[in-house]
Amino acid sequence: MVDLIVLIVLLALGYGFGRFAEQRHYRSIRKRESELRRIPAVASRIPPIRSTPCDATLVCGSVVVSVDYFKRFVAGLRNLVGGRVTSYESLVDRARREAILRMKAQAKELGADMVFNIKLETSSIYQGRRNSIGSVEVLAYGTAYIPH
Amino acid sequence: MMITNLEIIPGKRIAKHMGLVQGSSVRAKHVGRDIMAGFKNIFGGELKGYTELLQESREEAVERMKEQAKAVGANAVLNVRFSTSSVAVGAAELFAYGSAVVLE
Repeated sequence: MVDLIVLIVLLALGYGFGRFAEQRHYRSIRKRESELRRIPAVASRIPPIRSTPCDATLVCGSVVVSVDYFKRFVAGLRNLVGGRVTSYESLVDRARREAILRMKAQAKELGADMVFNIKLETSSIYQGRRNSIGSVEVLAYGTAYIPH
Repeated sequence: MMITNLEIIPGKRIAKHMGLVQGSSVRAKHVGRDIMAGFKNIFGGELKGYTELLQESREEAVERMKEQAKAVGANAVLNVRFSTSSVAVGAAELFAYGSAVVLE
């Protein structure tokens, strides 16, 4: 009985706070994305040809995001029937966008006008109980082009 | 020392290739952080402590890679790649590698 109450409380907490945190995070991501839109981030390996001399340095941004209890529970149920696990999709999406934003912010600080050869790398950091995915780390790195 | 994930630097010539250099670091956070991360696993959201931890150890890994590059007499590391793996619960290994070259 106590277990059931604890479970329900955890689910409710996860649902409430998780939703709130996710919405707030998405708002901030959208806002910063529109601010940093001026710096294009591309995945091409070979830099564009420029007439002016440039400096190139490595920039990277990383973030560790965790999924809330409710979503993990839902994902666990999803494992029974199969199909898209939307609760994890939004987690990874948030993490990727955040990592790219942090990388761009670093590039902006250095005065770069472009980041290219972007590589994204994802790894799960914290394994929860029964090997459920707890949190993911996303690292985004690329070369920033700084005009003199 | 130039660190970049490009293969070719525009306007520079690679005079000498010194082979692969690498650096890695394994780190863990103190228990308090792990407990906080456990709470965060209920509420969801960013784990600031772990982000910080990984950032620190990545810098450490890059630093070690740089040292190695310096030891072989290179002045740049090109085509740098990162990789992360969790060794144990609460500990992560960060690994950076690239090719050391002498640029003119």
